[in-house]
Amino acid sequence: MTDTALRTSVRTRRLNLDLRALSPFIALVVLVIAGSLINPDFLTTANLLNVVTRSAFIAIIAVGATFVIASGGLDLSVGSMAALVAGVMILTLNKLGGADLSTLALGMLAALALSALCGLANGLIVTFGRIEPFIVTLGTMGIFRSLVIWLAAGGTITMRNSELRELYRPLYFGSAFGIPLPILVFLAVAAIGALILYKTSFGRHVVALGSNEEVARYSGVPIWRVRTLVYVIQGLCVGIAILVYVPRLGSATPTTGLLWELQAITAVVIGGTALKGGVGRIGGTVVGAIILELVANIMVLSNFVSEFLVGAVQGAIIIVAMLVQRSLHKGR
Amino acid sequence: MDSVLRAETISRSFGPVEVLSGVSLDLKPGEVHAVIGENGAGKSTLMRILSGHLPPTKGRLFFDGKSVQFANPVEAEALGIVLVHQEILLAEDLTVAQNIFLGREITRAGFVDDRAMRDRTRILLRRLAAGIAPDTPVRQLSIAKRQLVQIARALRATNRVVVFDEPTAVLTPVEAESLFAIIRSLKAQGVAILYISHRLSEVKAIADRVTVLRDGRLVTTRDIEGLEPLEMARLMVGRDMSKLYPEKPVISSDGDILRVENFAVPGFVENVSFTLKRGEILGFGGLIGAGRTELFEGMVGLRTGDGRIILDDKPVRFRDAGEAMASGIVYLSEDRKGKGLLLKQNLRVNLTLAALDKFTRGMLIDVPSEDKALDTAIRAFDIRARQRDLLAGQLSGGNQQKLLLAKMMLADPRIVIIDEPTRGVDIGTKEQIYRFITTLAEQGRSVVVISSEMQELIGLCHRVLVMRNGRIAGEVSERDLSEDSIVFLATGVHEDKAAQIAAGHA
Repeated sequence: MTDTALRTSVRTRRLNLDLRALSPFIALVVLVIAGSLINPDFLTTANLLNVVTRSAFIAIIAVGATFVIASGGLDLSVGSMAALVAGVMILTLNKLGGADLSTLALGMLAALALSALCGLANGLIVTFGRIEPFIVTLGTMGIFRSLVIWLAAGGTITMRNSELRELYRPLYFGSAFGIPLPILVFLAVAAIGALILYKTSFGRHVVALGSNEEVARYSGVPIWRVRTLVYVIQGLCVGIAILVYVPRLGSATPTTGLLWELQAITAVVIGGTALKGGVGRIGGTVVGAIILELVANIMVLSNFVSEFLVGAVQGAIIIVAMLVQRSLHKGR
Repeated sequence: MDSVLRAETISRSFGPVEVLSGVSLDLKPGEVHAVIGENGAGKSTLMRILSGHLPPTKGRLFFDGKSVQFANPVEAEALGIVLVHQEILLAEDLTVAQNIFLGREITRAGFVDDRAMRDRTRILLRRLAAGIAPDTPVRQLSIAKRQLVQIARALRATNRVVVFDEPTAVLTPVEAESLFAIIRSLKAQGVAILYISHRLSEVKAIADRVTVLRDGRLVTTRDIEGLEPLEMARLMVGRDMSKLYPEKPVISSDGDILRVENFAVPGFVENVSFTLKRGEILGFGGLIGAGRTELFEGMVGLRTGDGRIILDDKPVRFRDAGEAMASGIVYLSEDRKGKGLLLKQNLRVNLTLAALDKFTRGMLIDVPSEDKALDTAIRAFDIRARQRDLLAGQLSGGNQQKLLLAKMMLADPRIVIIDEPTRGVDIGTKEQIYRFITTLAEQGRSVVVISSEMQELIGLCHRVLVMRNGRIAGEVSERDLSEDSIVFLATGVHEDKAAQIAAGHA
């Protein structure tokens, strides 16, 4: 019976899978149309490039989150980690004192090393402590956040050397071939992420782990290594996002990266990645991050809702996105 | 006698595909009516229609001679028709008593009356001779005991019709025996039993009448008198099935490929030693829970185990399944759906998962070569998938087992450990799997078959080791292979006494 019932159910399922993969893109188109109706300034190259540029941090972090979530994990610590990495990077740059490229490179290296270490810590505790990732990263979220508050003594960590700031500035404000650099970085991260997730054994193992850990284990997949590595990748993505973020304001405060975890996870979920693991959609994640920023942008350009409520709207979006996923899932 | 439940030319389609065409069946009070057929013959669909889980597209149902339509299983249940599912549908964190009364809790003054439910549960379980305490969380029970709890739940109310969908698939012979006792007592009370099973000897033992389905059509309904299992198999498959087991290949060399000494898995296995020859098919028999699965999971690094493993005269130790595979040992889990295959991924991803290294060029996966491997596997293992992009979960049990075999064979193992190779697999596929196992041995590979089906061990293996309570109780050589000798070692008593003993202490 099961055999013969297949043909039809497969057809409907495929349709739904397509819908699921397509839904973020449909939402994007709808938002763009809505935006252009609300305010004529919306559909200008300058505004759109601005929106995508602003979405770059979250998008880069969300690419990492796609790996974690596809593997069946969760990382709540990314926002705090971002603040800590930004703070330590600036302190390192200040300590080095120079205003040349090598100083900058050292500072960047420090940021990437620290973020990878933070991710490694998350990964090792989750893997070898056998603790729910939700709890582990809730804990490290608190730890990272209070470390940056402590480093800043409750105030602001600022880049002191103005020459260095000038040198660093173009990484956020500059552009190449008419495209802002943050967008290029974000596209590069997404492309590399997609390559790793879809085309390497490691990526296949990530999805297998998220689909069914036991099957992965019985198939000889090195699940401990895979699980640890996804958190390292998440950490590195946070580090890369911070490399682009620091030149924007040149400072880190106790509120840097606040609610970024919400935005990153929302972007991933909007993008169609299943929160219970086993499916990862980098393209969807990228679109998800842009959608979040578009919503914020439309809110600013229109006068319907106070822009102070952006967080509330984004929070509502993740819930709606889950409801949509659920109904698409049921449909088969 | 008038029938209690009658189906008249029932058909059921899913979209354009008709999985059941014009099947009629009548069920008399106090009879055990077996429905047999290969996987995909439409047995489960028919059962689900009869118990209100699925409406028929065509045809009518009569209950006590009156035409009825069930909108849902609850309506059927109200008339006294219950289905005991093949899959275990229990809330793992609730206790046995809580599960049995789930959704129908006994209350007193608005609060659940735990004591009453516990007492009723105890009585129900005693009837099944299950030896399960009502307060045990279901999570702690073995699959076999969970099945018994499900049966107890179905028997909670007084019934007119009880439908069993392969109830003994996960039960040991002794547990099955106590289920048969229950069925006989239900029968004596005038309850009609509809019984689906792959085990034809079982059908012969308890059924009064047999209905055979093939490809969604009714082949025949016959009295059990004069209908032997071999004839049933022929009716099911539509061809002669007298040769289910292939010739056992001659073991070419005397050399041991594997020696295991004093192996222990804490809590499950103690002091197990055995050897395995090149080209040998070694059987592991015993009751469920005897520690067979745990022994081999411990050996290949899927559990903590301790002891000496000597492979090719060199001591080895595996920390995970990957290391065991690298040394040429694969283990195919009995739990295909939970541990064998990624049900939500397609066939290609499943096939290559354990041997992805062979399909990478540089750092990247070579999808065309994966596709080629899938073509080869579909042909070599006769995996019947209507489409290549099906998900593994959409395959029938037999085809899932073939896919799992194909997957593990990609690692090119020298030792293949197969746990319950034909559980939930129809007889046609069984034959293919047996032939495949024999071919492995002919190629000089060694095979360990863990099975609860004694006929399988007898028909397939050169030698059978029987485990009891985590130890090896004894060895049966090819010459002495018989059900009696295996049951004797598995239980410590001869077969006729075994059921009573197991009922007492299980």
